[in-house]
Amino acid sequence: MSTLLEVSGISVSFDGFKAINNLSFSIGPAELRAIIGPNGAGKTTFMDIVTGKTRPDEGQVLWGEKSQSLLRLSESQIAQTGVGRKFQRPTVFEDQSVEDNLLLALKKNRSPLSVLGFRKSSADGDAIAALADEIGLGDQRPRKAGELSHGQKQWLEIGMLLAQDPQLLLVDEPAAGMTLAEREHTTALLKQAAKTRAVVVVEHDMEFVRRLECKVTVLHEGSVLAEGSLDHVTQNQEVIDVYLGR
Amino acid sequence: MERTFLIKNPSVMVFIALLALFTVAVTFLSEGLGTGFISTAMVKTLGMTLCFCLIAIAMDLVWGYCGILSLGHFAFFGLGGYMIGMWLMYARTEDIVAASLANAELPPTEQEVVDAIGTQIFGVVGSSEFPWVWAFADSLLIQLILVVAVPGLLALIFGWLAFRSRVTGVYLSILTQAMTLALSLYLFQNDSGLRGNNGLSGLQNIPGMADTPQSTLSVWFFWASAVALAGGYLFAAWVVSGKFGSVIRGIRDDEARVRFLGYPVEGYKLFVFTLTAVMAGIAGALYYPQAGIINPAEVAPIASIYLAVWVAIGGRGRLYGAVIGAAFVSLLSTWFTGGRVPDVNLGFYTIEWVSWWQVALGVSFVLVTLFAPKGIGGLVDLFINRKTPDRHGEDLGPDKGSLREKEADA
Repeated sequence: MSTLLEVSGISVSFDGFKAINNLSFSIGPAELRAIIGPNGAGKTTFMDIVTGKTRPDEGQVLWGEKSQSLLRLSESQIAQTGVGRKFQRPTVFEDQSVEDNLLLALKKNRSPLSVLGFRKSSADGDAIAALADEIGLGDQRPRKAGELSHGQKQWLEIGMLLAQDPQLLLVDEPAAGMTLAEREHTTALLKQAAKTRAVVVVEHDMEFVRRLECKVTVLHEGSVLAEGSLDHVTQNQEVIDVYLGR
Repeated sequence: MERTFLIKNPSVMVFIALLALFTVAVTFLSEGLGTGFISTAMVKTLGMTLCFCLIAIAMDLVWGYCGILSLGHFAFFGLGGYMIGMWLMYARTEDIVAASLANAELPPTEQEVVDAIGTQIFGVVGSSEFPWVWAFADSLLIQLILVVAVPGLLALIFGWLAFRSRVTGVYLSILTQAMTLALSLYLFQNDSGLRGNNGLSGLQNIPGMADTPQSTLSVWFFWASAVALAGGYLFAAWVVSGKFGSVIRGIRDDEARVRFLGYPVEGYKLFVFTLTAVMAGIAGALYYPQAGIINPAEVAPIASIYLAVWVAIGGRGRLYGAVIGAAFVSLLSTWFTGGRVPDVNLGFYTIEWVSWWQVALGVSFVLVTLFAPKGIGGLVDLFINRKTPDRHGEDLGPDKGSLREKEADA
């Protein structure tokens, strides 16, 4: 299987504390993957490195068929290459409508001059309408994102990710603070997305991870502790010791 | 397309209509072309106020929409003024020198004329040589280009350095203050080439129009200022109405998020910063011929702080708010500091408004920020019965410049 993202031997330390220690990770072009691990295991730092927010001290991050290095690109360039990220807290533009939020995310030329001259076509409108329906916000489009409920904001953010049409989706705790029904909807959205692209989900909640029915990577102290199906890793003695046993 | 833009933004039409009405009214009441109800000095004050409104729009774009609290935009305003002032002063002095040398027995050589102009202009700073910055002062066209180019270039270089290093929030504000302070201190020097603390004067005398009375000129400049303000307002409204406005408001509220959407945030900030610097330069170029004099004190940091106060009192994040704030506060300030407001005698103390006005302004700034964050522009919401939605969030974004929930409109 070809790989979309290949992270090899990255390390990063903050003030002497090794947040990521010789971590290697790879994911294919249409794969769903869950990353679990205790607090401080380096899950968020890992995402920061892939998206360009943090530069690793050593190691490589290679992208796509041409094995392009992501380390020299800025955050916005990495995002344009096809890496989308969803933050832990829902971060949508509260002062703007659901429609505008989605339009911002819609895959288009991002340079200031082309955006200045941009006018929404009817095709863009249709694409946004379809996306809004998919994330269950079809009738909320004119509303300001700030008025939405917590769960709706999470979906809006997932919708924005899908609008970006990334090849790799990094999703940080998508189910936090959601009701059971909302979680099921979220699971379905992620599974659907993973049919055509790579999706990496960072999650604490084991029940949610189980529902995703995918390969799991366990992080601990900045490196990979175990990898495999959920049943496989939950039977691993080391995983039980550092994570599940507590 | 232009039609849908106007329909989607009714406030633009209302604004242009009100501005046109105001312009016509002032013209008919002016001393120069009308009944004379409004004195020439007042026409000039009103024209200058329109220039303040234009720079306030620029400030609202950069601060209210893009979240960059620049405390240095009056540096660009002043530079625009200096650029046009150089031509005004040169050409005007040239006229005077030509007239005085006309009676000489031998016709003066070109060099003699230039030397005489130099002595006239730079005598006050003990020099008669033209500094290099005056190289193009004899060309109106080039100086007009410099009105736009010099502030634009300064903003471009300064912004590129600052934004590239990801300086944001209060640190950026301090940097912009430092920039305007440095510029002001530099201009105060006699060898800066711009006549040190004397500044440039006599700018109200337009070369080649010696026969046109100031009363008429003042109306012309008032018109020019009104046209520039209308153009600036239309342009700014167009910029913020589309997706570009959406992006810069996103940058204001949550810069990191915009970056992860793939937008080159630094490029956008630089674009807005430079664009607004150019607008400020144009406003300055129209202001100083009406004021008649420009000196380095105009570029002092306090001026740029006032600009932020105007926009805050008017209501940031809405263009008409900036205009209302600039017009209201600067006119009120003219009134109070003009010494025509009766002093308040409290028996034990007399409040003299000339000195107490600043205190009143400071207090009202604090009160507006605390109790009416939408500013004067927020009153419009009451008129059109627009209700703010009930939201339960904190600020609208994690960034320092982000709009507070109370400031946002429906």
